[in-house]
Order: sequence, then structure tokens, then C-alpha cells
Amino acid sequence: MTSFDVAAVQRDFPILRRSVRDGKRLVYLDSGATSQTPTQVLDAERAFVETSNAAVHRGAHQLAEEATEAYETARGTIADFVGAQANDLVFTRNATEGINLVAYAFLNATLKAANAAVLPPGGERFILSPGDEVVITEMEHHANLVPWQELAAKTGVKLKWFGLTDAGRLDLSNINELITERTKIVSFVHQSNILGTINPVSDLVQRAKQVGALTLLDACQSVPHMPVDVQSLGVDLLTWSGHKMLGPTGIGCLWGRSEVLAAMPPFISGGSMIATVTMAESTFAAPPQRFEAGVPMLSQAVGLAAAADYLSDLGMAAVAEHEADLTAQTLAGLAQIPGVRVIGPTDMSDRGGAVSFVVDGIHPHDVGQILDSHGVAVRVGHHCAWPTCRRYGVPATTRASFSVYNDESDVAALMEGIRSAQRFFGTSPALAQSGSSR
Amino acid sequence: MDMEAMYQEVILDHYRDPHGRGLREPHQAEVLHVNPTCGDEITLRVNLGDGADPVIEDVSYWSQGCSISQASASILFDEVSGKTVSEAFGTLDTFVELMHSKGQGAADEDVLGDLVAFEGVSKFPARVKCALLSWMALKDAISQARPDLGVPIDGAPPAGSSDTQQSTQPTTMEGIPR
Repeated sequence: MTSFDVAAVQRDFPILRRSVRDGKRLVYLDSGATSQTPTQVLDAERAFVETSNAAVHRGAHQLAEEATEAYETARGTIADFVGAQANDLVFTRNATEGINLVAYAFLNATLKAANAAVLPPGGERFILSPGDEVVITEMEHHANLVPWQELAAKTGVKLKWFGLTDAGRLDLSNINELITERTKIVSFVHQSNILGTINPVSDLVQRAKQVGALTLLDACQSVPHMPVDVQSLGVDLLTWSGHKMLGPTGIGCLWGRSEVLAAMPPFISGGSMIATVTMAESTFAAPPQRFEAGVPMLSQAVGLAAAADYLSDLGMAAVAEHEADLTAQTLAGLAQIPGVRVIGPTDMSDRGGAVSFVVDGIHPHDVGQILDSHGVAVRVGHHCAWPTCRRYGVPATTRASFSVYNDESDVAALMEGIRSAQRFFGTSPALAQSGSSR
Repeated sequence: MDMEAMYQEVILDHYRDPHGRGLREPHQAEVLHVNPTCGDEITLRVNLGDGADPVIEDVSYWSQGCSISQASASILFDEVSGKTVSEAFGTLDTFVELMHSKGQGAADEDVLGDLVAFEGVSKFPARVKCALLSWMALKDAISQARPDLGVPIDGAPPAGSSDTQQSTQPTTMEGIPR
């Protein structure tokens, strides 16, 4: 066991002290959807709003100075958390917006080039031509699928994807046919939100570099759960959301290599992102301001920095080890229950703490309902990864996911809840056939 | 939390042994409705008689989903087969009202039949769409089979067919939020 003091961590999360469903202890196993918030984050947000609230990057008064200082200090703290420079970190609304920002860089560069408009230096690598390709994977969250479908519908760029193996891994056997000289960007998930798979980033990055393609990593399920260093990963762009890493909702991050961000035309335009404006035309600020039009999220940025500090104090290696313990216990526990099948890797190598499973004869919605009646909060459905569900022949799954505040008793409550659901529905092999599974 | 109140035996019975399941001919309209939050889906066909208030001569379906959506489809078959469209819509409206009652509704068994068992489900907002999935599909199918009846498109918006490849006749997409 580690020196990780989970009891001390739990005391920092006020929500864990409430009960649910007629007095049941809250067993929160849905951190993959959104994580709970420690007092330290709430205190930081409150302190900012109570003492220094003002619009940043404008105004000549003391509060504006303090707010700008707090906002930019937060940027530095969060950048440091992933081994990045502050100026390479863009605040977005969430990771979905981060991915859209990159997809729209391609669209906007292509449209502007067609109209002979000015692009940022290096912007030509974002211009799409007939025959160009975007490569994703079959285990993407809809957030890293639909924006590329939209880009394809608007520009004719060809969307290609890695398939998956039965064991829940990326099938890299045709990597050289998928990532080609025509590939403009390879956008893929670091840890799958539904399967828990941790993908071999270096293999994809290496091939992408060979052909001059950009790489974008969806790190929503990795940054909160393991040490992430943008330099050693080798990707060009990386995005994640704040609310899955103990931070506030409404804020996410897009990190990019300086020269890549500098080459991207703006996404949302308006105030704060300009260099000069006349009635006829405008020029744009350097990143990250180029991508932060309007008054940005202030207390959220401060809160997210506090979340990064909180996780840094725990140590991300210790966090990863703690959650790996819980994941291993969960996989072992599920293997002990007849009629339960894990969708995703069942071994702990390159595997994170999102554990999806199906229970024979009981639809995930019904599993979730019974678990909820025991106070156990899980996610049910397709987890915004509908094609992944289809790949494994299931309409939906039940998913447990972990964070720093979970402990062994939570895993035990999950197992007891599943057994309770099986008792309640009286599942047997005969019932499994007449139930909802195809 | 009393799960027996939600999963009444009649619901579990319909789930385990659904009535009227399977797609049948003849039919005048077929729709595919999906609950996009959970992936539950139903393909539903209607065959209507003639006249200003036609009889529902057959309603057939293939569906997959949770016990609530499956049981609701099974009871739908029982409750509307052989009824007129206006009778079916009367049941539907009463059922929609019950499902939106947040557990406060008084279910009228004379109108609703086995659907009264869903009273407990109405306490769980996330499950209301499950219960209504087949009923919204019925409404849509009737409106497609008989556009002249002027069936209003309202209520809990069904998901369209754009996310699946199983629709033979695309579901009407008007008024569906993105």
C-alpha cells in the first residue's frame, strides 16, 4: 500500500458527508463524468470573487490589476501541472471546445485561403485540400468524433479511424495505411472514457511525425489521474477539462506547441483577441489571447489552479497508484460475479480507472437504478461513445470510475450493489435471453 | 429507496415476456425512435383502418432497452391494439401527464390499464423518457401514416434516426433540439 491518506482526502470533500436516497452513504463512482470539488478549490474561488473580482486585461484600477495577476498566475500553475509554458496554454470552456477550436482552425484556414485572406505565419499547414485526411479512433468520445465529422461535411476532408481489438485496445496493424502523407491531423484519446484503455501515444506520434501530420490528444481522462507531461508525450496539441480534475465546470484547457498555436487562425472572434481593429478589418493577438475572445472564466481559472495545486500536493504518481489499486480491486471483484462482463481491458497494463461492464439479463439503466438505491452513483448509457458500444455489440454499459477520494469500501459497495441487482431481477440464463441483450 | 415501488411486478412481467413484439406486415408507416442519452431504441410500425378516426389494426415493434422502456412498449401493444386513434391518444395524453407528475399523479386505471404501474417511475426524471419512448414513436408513426389527421408533434422530443442505420423510413426531425 502507498502512503496515500485517503481518509484525509475525503475530509476535503464536503459532498461526501451528505447522504442520498433515504440516508444511504454517497458512494460516488462517476468521477469520469465529473469529479467532486475539494474545499480548497471552493475557498480559492470565493477568495478571488470576494477580494479581486474584475475584468482581466483591461481597466486601470487596482482590482483589474489583481484580477489579471490572479488569472495569469493560474495559467502558469496549470501549465506547470502538465509541464508546459504558460503562453502555450489556452483557456477554453471545456475540452469539447478545445477540440472544436482545432477543427475550426482547419476550417477557417481553408476558407480564408480560398478567399485570399491573411493567415498567421505557418497557417498553410491548416489548409485542407481534396484528398486530405483526418485520423481518429473507434474509441473516441463524441467530442473527438462529431467535430471531425462536421469538418469533413464542410470541407470534404476524409475521416479515417483506427479499429479496436476484442481486448479493448487500438488495432495498430494498419497504422501505415491509416496515417499517410495525406493525413493532416491524428486526434485521439489518451485514456478511453468508456474502456479505460490507455493508448500508446508514442506509436501514433512517431508515425504522425513521419508523415508530417499534427497530433491532438484528448487528455480528459488522463490529466486528472496520472502524471502527464506534454513534452515527453510528444504531441502537438492536448486538451482536457477542469471539472474532471476536481476543478470548476465551465473551464478547460488547450495546450499547443508555440509554433502550432501561432499558426492557427482564431476560432471565436471579438474583444480581447485582437491586435488592431478598423472598420474594415482586424489583426489578431498572439496566443493564448488570440483564442480567448470576450471576458474569460476568472474564478474558474483560479479554482482550476487550486485543483492543480491540490493534486500536485498529493502527487500525481501517488494518485495514479491509489486509483490503480482500486481499479485492480474492481476488476478482480467483477470477475468473481457470474454474469458480469467487462467491456475493455481486464488486465492492468496500460489501463486506467474507467471500468465499464454489462450484467447478463439486466439493462445498464436498471443496474444503475438499483445501484442508485444503494447510494452508489455510476454512469449508465453509451458514455458519449456510441460507436464504441456498437463495436462491442452492447447498446450501453454501466461504468464505475474513480478519483482520489474513493476507497476500498466504495468498491465493496459496488460489488454488493451488482449482486443486489441480480437478486432483485432474479437473473438466470433463461432470463438473460429474454432480457434486453441482443 | 423502495425499488419494488418502481419496478412493480407487472412491469417486470412485461419486460420478461413482452406482448406483440416483432415487426409485422402490413404497415403504413415505420419509425425509429432512440433515446440518445442511453441508446434505447424502438422501431415501430402501425397499420391503420380507414376513416376520420381509424382503428389501429396492428402496432408492431422491435426494441432494445431497459425494463421500463421494454415494458412500456409491451403495454402499449395491449392498450392501443384495436382501439381508435382518438382513444389511443387519450391514453397517451393521460400517460404523459402521469409521467410528468413527479410521483404526485393519481393514475386512473380505467384509462391506463397496466400503465398505472409506472406511477413510481415518474419520481425518477431520468426514466421518464424510457417510459415514453414507445408512445412518442406511436404518435410519430400515426402522424406519418395519416398526415391528414393533423397529429401535433410535441411532448418529449424523440431522437431522430440520424445516429443509426436501421431506419427504413427516417423519423421526422422537425422540432428536435440538437
